Amino acid sequence: MKPKTLHTLSRWLGLFSMLLAIPLWTLIVHISGLPKFILPAPVDVWTRFLKAWVDGSLLYHTGVTLLEIVLGLFVGVSFATIAGYALAKSRTLESILSPYLVASQAIPVVAIAPLLVIWLGGGIASKVVICALIVFFPVLVNTIVGVRAVSASHYDLMNSLHATRWQIIWKLELPASLPVLLGGLRIGATLSVIGAIVGELVDAEQGLGFLLQLGDFQYDTSMVFVAVFMLVFLALGLYGVVTLLERRFLKWQQ
Amino acid sequence: MNLKPILSIQDLSVTYPDNNGGLHALEKLSFEVHPREFVCFLGPSGSGKTTFLRVLAGILAPTSGSVSFTPHHKPRVGMVFQQANLMPWRTVMENIMLPLELNGQVDSKAQNKAQEMIHLVGLDGFEDSLPRDLSGGMAQRVAIARALIHDPDLLLLDEPFASLDALTRERMWTELSRIWQAKQKTVIMVTHSINESLFLADRVMVLTQRPGKIKMDVEVDLPRPRTDDMRYTSHFGKLAKKLRSAIE
Ligand SMILES: Nc1ncnc2c1ncn2[C@@H]1O[C@H](COP(=O)(O)OP(=O)(O)OP(=O)(O)O)[C@@H](O)[C@H]1O
Ligand SMILES: [Mg+2]
Repeated sequence: MKPKTLHTLSRWLGLFSMLLAIPLWTLIVHISGLPKFILPAPVDVWTRFLKAWVDGSLLYHTGVTLLEIVLGLFVGVSFATIAGYALAKSRTLESILSPYLVASQAIPVVAIAPLLVIWLGGGIASKVVICALIVFFPVLVNTIVGVRAVSASHYDLMNSLHATRWQIIWKLELPASLPVLLGGLRIGATLSVIGAIVGELVDAEQGLGFLLQLGDFQYDTSMVFVAVFMLVFLALGLYGVVTLLERRFLKWQQ
Repeated sequence: MNLKPILSIQDLSVTYPDNNGGLHALEKLSFEVHPREFVCFLGPSGSGKTTFLRVLAGILAPTSGSVSFTPHHKPRVGMVFQQANLMPWRTVMENIMLPLELNGQVDSKAQNKAQEMIHLVGLDGFEDSLPRDLSGGMAQRVAIARALIHDPDLLLLDEPFASLDALTRERMWTELSRIWQAKQKTVIMVTHSINESLFLADRVMVLTQRPGKIKMDVEVDLPRPRTDDMRYTSHFGKLAKKLRSAIE
């Protein structure tokens, strides 16, 4: 019971310190006397948030970004797990492809984002691809590590029972490597938010990145803050989903 | 035992590939095993005992020679590994049900069967426990239940009790004897312990240093059920001495 109380306590402390930031922030705005277009006060940001919420624009743009992230994650994770599985299973394939994979990591996705926007246009597609690319590598690496770590004696067990290839995948390799796979997804989820925003900042007519830029152009700094906060919430939300998955599927580990 | 052999092995050799001409793990093993026989293999470390069991389980193809089973070509095997080798994400019940699950049996009949096995190995009440919550002896009993649930033609045991303390090990011998007599299985077991082999087996074979060859094949004609006291009889002592001299 004791560790649990401590746990709740520390959670409340976290919330409290976050709430403390608001008066502190207000204080800084008052003391410094900075104009609103440089540093808006929490109240201004809140008012701006309500306005954007009520006229529906905030929800719309958040929705677009979320869609890009979810699609990007899906595509990136799918390709990365399939490729990772193939690489984990074949040393030959790994030695053929690994130079390319390592080289591809030397290119920051941010640098090729404009290129992708030129090729795929300013719509959702380019953002999904940027997202997928940024997610790809960490998930790939974790898949390889996870699948390679499956114990040889578990394979022996499955083979002694004449398990089929699919049974080995579903009943051994997937559950055995799930902790590492979800670890990859955790990293990927956070990165995917960055991917979507990078794409939107290059060129977009919609999404939180677009809102951010619009606020910037119009000296509507409160809007920039609102967009940033929404991004933080999205990232936290995704992180939360992964944590829930871990709680649900990795009970045996805790 | 003048039944037809269930298993016959002819000139079985296994060579693992390595950088200089291959590593000879087993060389020209030949013998037969009869139905319901309990055979123990003794041998120094590296003499190819695990290799041999992996060939019997169909996990490893022999380099040369043949392994043939009557009546099936591909027998159902139950294997118990040196470490319990349970899947840590599955409960005791789920671990035991794995062989049935792989055969597509997941109905209530399979559940009942698993419950029966749990009872047989004395783990009632631990159905929903995870492997991390079991002691070494309990985990090994789960492994035995898992190896038996699908009614295998052949039970293969690879030093199943090596990681247990002496007391638990001896309790497990008694349990295994009891299960073996109840289930009437053909058992092939690998061990390092002369006592263990004499307590359990009908027949003990001693392997040489690598490459493994059969050095001695001894009939254990001690009466069953075997008891602790038997270990202090002169006949037991004689057999033990014979085996010890063969192991060198
Ligand atoms: N997969 C493998 N690849 C190459 N060599 C192997 C492989 N498995 C075993 N060997 C070698 O074959 C020999 C026999 O190994 P094996 O595991 O069968 O011995 P063992 O009798 O079971 O030993 P122990 O009593 O220590 O368990 C050893 O020299 C080992 O190094
Ligand atoms: Mg061994």
